[in-house]
Amino acid sequence: MAVDVRNRIAKRAAKEIHDGLIVNLGIGIPTLVAEHIPQNIHVLFHAENGVLGTGPSPDPGKEDPALCNAGGFPITTVLGASYFDSATAFGMIRKGYIDITILGALEVSEKGDLANWIVPGKRVPGMGGAMELAQKAKKVIVLMNHVNKQGESKILKTCTLPLTARKSVDLIITDMAVMEVTEEGLVLKEVMAPYTVDDVIRNTEATLKIHAVVNTIE
Amino acid sequence: MKQVITKKNKIVTMEEALEHISDGCTLMYGGFGGVGTPPTLVQGILDKGVKELTLIGNDTGFPDIGIGRLVTAERAKKVIASHIGSNPNAGKLMTEGKLQVEFSPQGTLSERIRAGGVGLGGIFVDVGIGTIAEEGKDKIVIEGKEYLVETALTAEVSIVHAKKADSLGNLVYDKTACNFNPLVAMAGAFTIAEVEEIVPAGELDPECIATPGIYVDMVIPTKGVNWKWAWQ
Repeated sequence: MAVDVRNRIAKRAAKEIHDGLIVNLGIGIPTLVAEHIPQNIHVLFHAENGVLGTGPSPDPGKEDPALCNAGGFPITTVLGASYFDSATAFGMIRKGYIDITILGALEVSEKGDLANWIVPGKRVPGMGGAMELAQKAKKVIVLMNHVNKQGESKILKTCTLPLTARKSVDLIITDMAVMEVTEEGLVLKEVMAPYTVDDVIRNTEATLKIHAVVNTIE
Repeated sequence: MKQVITKKNKIVTMEEALEHISDGCTLMYGGFGGVGTPPTLVQGILDKGVKELTLIGNDTGFPDIGIGRLVTAERAKKVIASHIGSNPNAGKLMTEGKLQVEFSPQGTLSERIRAGGVGLGGIFVDVGIGTIAEEGKDKIVIEGKEYLVETALTAEVSIVHAKKADSLGNLVYDKTACNFNPLVAMAGAFTIAEVEEIVPAGELDPECIATPGIYVDMVIPTKGVNWKWAWQ
């Protein structure tokens, strides 16, 4: 995905993050979200290897190999940060202290089922911490391409891949649209210009609920 | 009154430590993406030619980083981990049938290791219910809520990386290089710590000790990381 498209998705996701929240960012586009959060908002970023309060990447030459995020890349910390072991890091997740987790996905169903850890027989990276995060975070936001490399919808009526967690996703942000999983179904909230509502419907296998007003992100 | 420390000094040489790691043993290791995995012990195990290992740890590092080096050199027959995606060699060996991989969700894995280290038989967790992670596991209902029964994990030998140790094996960790290390240190029947600095007993502030020396059998000084990090 092009850099500007990745940043556009990340920028939209950043709007979901409010002052005072505890947020866990996954690897890939989710990592970019931190760069789009306004300076006047205080957020504590949680990393599952064992830190609460991660800051921006260090300047070149200032990296500390003993201070990395869950992806293994150097970070800094903010005022009030804390370190702990990985069991404590996951204790925080299971107990429900993570307000928002932002993850990538292979497939999402209209009911909010998430598949993001295995393509049987092809790619088997393992679930890492995704099961805990998807099942236990108060709000789960998925950032991904709307369609896969074959041009097929990644947003489905029912996932075909083994699941990470059932009924866990709250919001899906793609290069084409923003969709919310609700009681009444998957609601198309916004489209990303130049795509239209029709483009999104055509590229989505899941049933989309379309309200009278669908905002366009220019 | 002057206090005298009579317990045996736990500082040993690498060769003495490696005597405890042999073919076919179950080896638990600290580290997260290689950060906090003891580099000198990994190199020692490689050089000694130890094989047929059952590895238990968070992930399989990167191809040339952390425990990934043992996986790449095909020294493991089995891995219990939450993630192998950053080491394509692990996935390749698994596909070829040369490496058995058992996945456990990361938080469940860390807690299973902790359970093993604190004398529990297992834990009850609801993470993974409704997914293939629940396959083959018993379920239990507690106060109307369903949980998976996840067994505790222990190992014949645990290897950890710490910032400082004293001669009694008390350990202090360094920022996110802590990760799985304190848990792994507790879960080994025999635990070897590789550390950056060794101080006399009594010099570490007891408030700062993350792993009490009772869990640590041997301490060796590190020769430092001998790999290039992914970001370098």
